[in-house]
Amino acid sequence: MSILGTRVLRSEDPGFLTVGGVYTEDVQDERLAGALHAHFVRSTVAHARITSIDTVTASQAPGVVAVFTGADLAAAGVQPVKPMMPTMNQAMPQPWLATDTVRFVGEPVAVIVTEHPYQGEDAIELVDVDYEFLPVIVDPRDAEAATDGFLFPAAGTNVAVTFGEAGKLSGDLFAGCDVVASETVINNRVAPAPMESRAAAAVWADGRLTAWIPNQGAQGTKGAICGMLGLDASEVRIITPDVGGAFGAKFGADGEHAVVCWLAREVGRPVRWSETRNENLVAMTHGRAQVQKLTIGGTSDGIVAAYRIEVLQDCGAYPRIGAFLPSLTILMAPGPYNIPRAEAVATSVVTNTTPVGAYRGAGRPEATAAVDRAIDLFAQAAGVDPAEVRRKNLLPRFTEPHTTAFGAKYDSGDYVAALDKALEAAGYDELRAEQRRRREADAPLQLGIGLSSYVEITGPGGEAGGPNENGTVEVHPDGTATILTGTSPHGQGHITVWAMLASEELGIPIDKITVKWGDTDLVPRGGGTGGSRSLQLGGAAVQQASKELLDVARERAAQALEISGADLEFDVDRSAFAVKGDPDTAVPLSRLAEGERLFVRSVFTAPGPTFPFGTHVAVVEVDTETGKVFLRRVVTVDDAGTVINPLLAEGQRHGGIAQGAAQALLEEVVYDSDGNPLTATFADYPFVSATELPSFELVDMATPTSYNPLGAKGIGEAGTIGATPATQNAVIDAVSYLGVTHIDMPTSPQRVWRAIQRAASNGKEA
Amino acid sequence: MTEIKLTVNGATRNDEVEPRLLLVHYLRETLGLRAANVGCDTTSCGACTVLLDGESVKSCTVLAVQASGRAVTTAEGAVNRDGTLGHVQQAFREEHGLQCGFCTPGMVMAVTSLLAENPDPTEQEVREGLEGNFCRCTGYHNIVRAALNAAAKLRAANDDATSGKAPSDGEVAA
Amino acid sequence: MIPASFDYEVAESTAHALALLAEHGEDAKLLAGGHSLLPMMKIRLAQPAVLIDITRLTGLSGIQIDGDEIVIGATTRHADLASSQILRADAPVLAHAAAQVGDPQIRHRGTIGGSVAHADPSADLPVTLLALGATVEVTGSQGRRSVGIDDFFTGPFETALGPDEILSAIRVPRLGGKPWGYQKFVRRANDWAIVGVAACDGRVALASMGGTPLRAHATEDALRSGATPRDAAALAAVGTSPGADFHADADFREHLARVLTRRALEGRTG
Repeated sequence: MSILGTRVLRSEDPGFLTVGGVYTEDVQDERLAGALHAHFVRSTVAHARITSIDTVTASQAPGVVAVFTGADLAAAGVQPVKPMMPTMNQAMPQPWLATDTVRFVGEPVAVIVTEHPYQGEDAIELVDVDYEFLPVIVDPRDAEAATDGFLFPAAGTNVAVTFGEAGKLSGDLFAGCDVVASETVINNRVAPAPMESRAAAAVWADGRLTAWIPNQGAQGTKGAICGMLGLDASEVRIITPDVGGAFGAKFGADGEHAVVCWLAREVGRPVRWSETRNENLVAMTHGRAQVQKLTIGGTSDGIVAAYRIEVLQDCGAYPRIGAFLPSLTILMAPGPYNIPRAEAVATSVVTNTTPVGAYRGAGRPEATAAVDRAIDLFAQAAGVDPAEVRRKNLLPRFTEPHTTAFGAKYDSGDYVAALDKALEAAGYDELRAEQRRRREADAPLQLGIGLSSYVEITGPGGEAGGPNENGTVEVHPDGTATILTGTSPHGQGHITVWAMLASEELGIPIDKITVKWGDTDLVPRGGGTGGSRSLQLGGAAVQQASKELLDVARERAAQALEISGADLEFDVDRSAFAVKGDPDTAVPLSRLAEGERLFVRSVFTAPGPTFPFGTHVAVVEVDTETGKVFLRRVVTVDDAGTVINPLLAEGQRHGGIAQGAAQALLEEVVYDSDGNPLTATFADYPFVSATELPSFELVDMATPTSYNPLGAKGIGEAGTIGATPATQNAVIDAVSYLGVTHIDMPTSPQRVWRAIQRAASNGKEA
Repeated sequence: MTEIKLTVNGATRNDEVEPRLLLVHYLRETLGLRAANVGCDTTSCGACTVLLDGESVKSCTVLAVQASGRAVTTAEGAVNRDGTLGHVQQAFREEHGLQCGFCTPGMVMAVTSLLAENPDPTEQEVREGLEGNFCRCTGYHNIVRAALNAAAKLRAANDDATSGKAPSDGEVAA
Repeated sequence: MIPASFDYEVAESTAHALALLAEHGEDAKLLAGGHSLLPMMKIRLAQPAVLIDITRLTGLSGIQIDGDEIVIGATTRHADLASSQILRADAPVLAHAAAQVGDPQIRHRGTIGGSVAHADPSADLPVTLLALGATVEVTGSQGRRSVGIDDFFTGPFETALGPDEILSAIRVPRLGGKPWGYQKFVRRANDWAIVGVAACDGRVALASMGGTPLRAHATEDALRSGATPRDAAALAAVGTSPGADFHADADFREHLARVLTRRALEGRTG
């Protein structure tokens, strides 16, 4: 009986449920004995020159061992970090600690090292920073339009990078369209807000740095630390403790991580750091933050002829991954729709806000939110049901790769089937009937149904020659096995699933299989976990290594028995080789590990990224008197190919749906016009809680990919991608009969109420 | 410094602490009980939830000195005598009610307290009962299932107890 | 994230607590559940030099009927208010409001005295007590005095309580079957009210519509003149001065006040 495809409970859980995970703040290691604690002093203004920093009083406070500013680091040779891609404006480097200029509230300007963490909280209040205010730019539109007052005077612009050719947009893209709709929409800035904030612990011994840092790939973090500290790879070891969620914001390393590593060498003692939630909400990279100008046109019976999206990406104060993500928005701009003429361009600009990085979906949710909003705008303008518009415009089923005009090579897709399954599970026709009934009754509580049909790109990265991932499988003489993986789980359950995959091949029980990752001394290369890559690359690597291990073992068995390997068969139930037809000659796999180690390291390489797809249906009720929205149902089809562990795959979908719906309904990072963050605590930032969400209804659909032997695509981000536009569209749909055509996210009560008022007054004027 | 005397997971503790020492830091740093986590600064997220005299509290907003004379129970103390998972913990496992695990000890203790006060909650009551516990990974769907699963397990255990059936080895009295 | 240093005293009697308050004056704060005070201290908005723990004073806790009033000790926790059979029978709006405060963990610690002394204009209990026409009992070195709730909240987070006084009890009238309603408009369940309304027996009070919880006098007058709930509620925002934040502008708050007052007057909770 195959274990693949079954709901295996997680091996990870007993520890988490009893003594708890061992996150970076929990790590107890003799190497960290006597560790000092680092605390950052952060800018309270959004844009200013630092005229002076007085650290004298702070340096004399109880328990303070050292205080450093950006000037101290610069004097010691520390260089700011240049933007990650050469195409980004290189005159926009990010210092670890601000030197002459602060560019966002929360930017670190000094660091204090104390014996006890409580002392650090006291001491940071004693640092006196003098600022000379500079004009603040918060809105990316203002940043783009600015002709002076640039965040980086040397750059001569606020533009970090552009994608596509804005100058080559076609003037007659929409010629001949009966119906054209356009809208400028906001894809709102959100905070990834993993439950574990950022942290680090670092120690130098024998000329070598060992650092514990929560991350999404120790190898990438090591590369970043080496780059920032100017160290050779042999001088650095990164260890990844349990990680309390990441969602794209824990890739690589931030300046604070580098500071902690630098401090440990400078003060000659181990140093630890844990940021507070307030720091996390202003200094961990944010997500999304695009202004999107959408135009869509087609026939009056609902066939789309043309679509254009012009993206303005807010990078925050320093160009990070966020500056690059619009290129993925462009790549996925048409989504699963067959749009004959489509154009997409993007400009990324800096503003006096927290830098923007990756957040679950990273550039693709923005594409889907845009095209699905556009589809609904078009449907409303044409007077055609939005499900019908989708059905008419989705690419028909394909099994051979389909390359879009934007260069994305979709591996397999059956979008109409996903749409139909979702609509059926939701009871779409009954919902529309109920909506009609409530509209006729002018009920105060209106029903809204929203759709998103999405396709997304997953599975990037790895060693040179990627997309790929490595896996090492070793069988031990005692019958246990160890797997080394280049992935980096932080809740996804790789221990369980990689063990399932190896167990399936080797016949070794799951509870006898140990999975290791995240220690760069143990696993020097790996692509980490992100972009929903892990199963289709890392899992495939584990399976491949297991199979290759059996080949090696077979040869050993053949030699030991002095017969040909072809005369042996592997009995997975007994985890043993036996001579064909003679089961009593069984040689256990474990015995073949005696003497010489029995292990294989294998790199699985995929022909390209894969493209999971689906349809989400969201059902909301809107209190038209107050604008409050109640999310009642979310029904999803998320087709990510073969499902290896349905229990875990469902969990990924649930989590993604919650985050996606939260962006549409609730969550937003807000700045005032002076660049002060108004959502810098969990009391202010509307982090979604259990009471705002329903239980979700997941529909199964699995269209395998040919790109890996598992047939699996990536599931981790799909939920986030579909749920946001489905939920936003549902809210607008609820009040569309009142004349509302668009409401920006999050659809707060005030935004909904104002949209209703505006539509009512427009109606009166008309 | 102030002297405190309290029980933690059934064991008596005598310690001298700074008045401003938060209970969560006393548990984590003084006692080495690190299952409870600090997830926020505003008493919002519940990752630090423990039981104080059997009721859920956010240990980041309780001073260690306020716990003197009281009984604290943490997730580490919610296992059975033989080390196997208690009913609530087992339910979380069965329903995949945890992913990264950071919110989990707090969730488990919050659910434990919720079910002690309301042994047969509806889904809505579970969701409202967990309004003070944030999770980023699970979307709460399986946490709700875990709470309802745990409620059923606890009711069955109580039925066994009241009907005179002895708890099986390793079980604690609910 | 952690408070500045302070000294900690445990009051063994009310007299002891008063003596400590007299000794330390403005440097001291009383500590019961601490769920209004400690969050402020953790972000260092409050830095008292001395905390006086009054939770051992059992006389300050409890719910009892006293003639046509209910007397509630100041250190009675929200959870106990919410589950109180006395309150559910005779002041159900208060039991309901207490069940809305924060979340279960907060309700296991926070107290009615702490909430009222903290005087957050967005909080659940102050607005409800205002709608009930409660009386605040204050104990000082000169003895006990009573302050009507209408005179108790003097500004945002400011009350008629002196620095050397202890809020010792709250008295509310027994209103049994009188109609009541409670509305708390939030985006998330454990948020503070964007606008809140408590209505009971012809009195209507609003939360988050000014620096203190406010009586909706125009609405009350209209009701007394025989207006319908809808017509009376249309006047709910009269005399209010709601602030604006990213959740709600002032005009949206005024609109909500009218809608929610109508719903509260219709006996609805939500």
